[in-house]
Amino acid sequence: MSSFLDRLTGRVRLGGWLAVAAPVIAILFAVLITSAVLLVAGNDPVEAFRTLADYGSQPPTMALILNTSVGYYISALAVAVGFRMNLFNIGVDGQYRLAAVVAAGLGGAAVLPGVLNIVLTIVCAVVVGALWAAIAGVLKVTRGVSEVISTIMLNAIATGVGSWLVSNYFGVLNGNDLATRPIPDDAHVPGIPLVAGAPQPVNGFIVLAVILGAAYYVLLNRTRFGFDLRATGQSETAAVASGVNVRRMVVATMVISGAVAGLSGMPELLGASFKYSNNFPTGLGFTGIAIALLGRNNPVGMAVGALLWAFLDTSSDALQLLNISKEIVQIMQGVIVLSVIVAYELVHRYRIVAEQRRVSRELAAPAEPEGAAA
Amino acid sequence: MRSIAMVLAGVALVTASCGRVPGTGATIETDYAKSLRVGLAYDIGGRGDQSFNDAAADGLDEVRRSLGLLQIKEFEAQPGEPLSSKQQRLQTLAENGYSPVIAVGYAYSDAVRTVAPRYPHTKFAIIDDRAASGPNVANLLFAEEQGSFLVGAAAAMKSKTGDVGFVGGVQSPLIKKFEAGYRQGVKYMNPKAKVRVAYLTRPPDLTGFDNPAKARQAAKAMYDGGADVVYQAAGASGAGVFQAAKDAGRWAIGVDSDQAKTADPAVRDLILTSMIKRVDVAVYDYIAALMDGTVASGPSVYDLKLGGVDYSSTGGHIKDIQPKLEQLKQEIIIGKIKVSPG
Repeated sequence: MSSFLDRLTGRVRLGGWLAVAAPVIAILFAVLITSAVLLVAGNDPVEAFRTLADYGSQPPTMALILNTSVGYYISALAVAVGFRMNLFNIGVDGQYRLAAVVAAGLGGAAVLPGVLNIVLTIVCAVVVGALWAAIAGVLKVTRGVSEVISTIMLNAIATGVGSWLVSNYFGVLNGNDLATRPIPDDAHVPGIPLVAGAPQPVNGFIVLAVILGAAYYVLLNRTRFGFDLRATGQSETAAVASGVNVRRMVVATMVISGAVAGLSGMPELLGASFKYSNNFPTGLGFTGIAIALLGRNNPVGMAVGALLWAFLDTSSDALQLLNISKEIVQIMQGVIVLSVIVAYELVHRYRIVAEQRRVSRELAAPAEPEGAAA
Repeated sequence: MRSIAMVLAGVALVTASCGRVPGTGATIETDYAKSLRVGLAYDIGGRGDQSFNDAAADGLDEVRRSLGLLQIKEFEAQPGEPLSSKQQRLQTLAENGYSPVIAVGYAYSDAVRTVAPRYPHTKFAIIDDRAASGPNVANLLFAEEQGSFLVGAAAAMKSKTGDVGFVGGVQSPLIKKFEAGYRQGVKYMNPKAKVRVAYLTRPPDLTGFDNPAKARQAAKAMYDGGADVVYQAAGASGAGVFQAAKDAGRWAIGVDSDQAKTADPAVRDLILTSMIKRVDVAVYDYIAALMDGTVASGPSVYDLKLGGVDYSSTGGHIKDIQPKLEQLKQEIIIGKIKVSPG
């Protein structure tokens, strides 16, 4: 029998029409609750949804959604790697921010020219993210510290270390804003004009996001490491019995998760703002957790989740044009995550009960002829 | 809420001293005023933050009330949003024909810098930022150090112990200007006075603007150490300083708006005065100038002379020293006293 956690993190798959039913129920449920909230707030839900649809189908918005979702998706991948092994890396947030600070400092110093500077900056972010996450992994295997607790604490420490680095080493003053030295023009990752009719190109890191998504799938489903990882997630004792070094797996998974987390700040750093300042986006790691839950750790599911999340985030301006409070966006996002969790759980339970009925029917059926014979 | 009379007084002062619009804009073409579409992009918090954003909103409301401006659109930022969201916000306003587009706060600096050149016929204004510039960008700046000088002088005159404090939210360049002016004001009145300084966080950690508990501790340490007046420039954390003042039974000084009117009623009595930053005046003046075609791009500094900064006298606690403060104010305005921003 599967546990709630197994079902929550997508380790148990739904088959056949149930796989379609769950997301459909979730969407209906979310639309219903959001409409109710809009009605209570005195807004017309039909008009609101129509505006959202209009807004989302305009080319500039589509480009913006894609750009926003790139970082979200990479962050969700970082979270999902851990989730598949029952490791709750709540520290993606601190990992990407610290990685971005150090990478921005190094990239801004421009020790290497052009493309080499891009590579160096990215490698630096990966290494910093991985090392920061490794602290939690090592603490877990050597001292038994729950990674949930340690990563949350490390988030707070990352904030402090980041501030200290910016104010003492990397920061240059520009007006009222203290930021790292801007990364020179030759080391900007070029955008791709993917959306026709949009003034801005799509962040070049979208290519990396797609590659990472594919790599995530291959790593988990087509490699020995991925098998060990999933086995450890399903049952640690069974994994140990089959020869998996669980301690090594914990540290390795945290390192991979942290490395990917380090990458999630790069689309903004190398593709949009080119420096780390007070304005650098925060909370990407927590968005990643929500999207990993939403996409049930499935690479395609998370891509859909990231796009949906980015769409809602960017639509706050469109709602404000209608004089609808922007907080409705947060309500929608929360409702959607809850709906997905509830809908999948309901469908799973339905499946379990249906299974039990079928089994008991089958058990009961052959009993009859025996009774008749007696 | 500050009184309309005060706003009008401030506006009259601004307009009179600039020699721009006589009276309160009665001579302005009403049709033009009505056709003007003003877009405002707030920082996090937006309308209702009882501070910076609200001050900008007050200016806008005053324009709407006195100049009959009809088309106004206000957008709020999302916490932790990326640069692209800020750019998109300004772009949406410009795209929908809003001009001027007013960006409230230096967080919009990079966004204005990238979006303004794409819309050369749209007027942009940014508050508290000098870095974003262009032929269609106006920078609305404030001489926070001048207002802080006056409340510093008030603190020194009111202090019995010769020991005063300053609590800054975040040790950013902007907040350091408040500290610098305050320090000069204190020392001008009492060269031997001791000025205790505490900042709650350092950038890029901005939580110092939203941590009243930490501010309360910092202020408590100052009062316990012998300070009897503490000035705060700490955003929402300021409430903690007021609480500490109440616990200690000593004075506190407010910031940005007249906090003896806006703070928790239980602590209003302990607010000696407030350093007022008239974002409303800047917004009003900018739109009025736009209407009569005298608007200039580039920086304009709203100082004591333009009524951009000031001190408040609500509660009557500074009645005895007000003549002296007025004298100092005049001396700063005519340049007899020079206040350095840092």
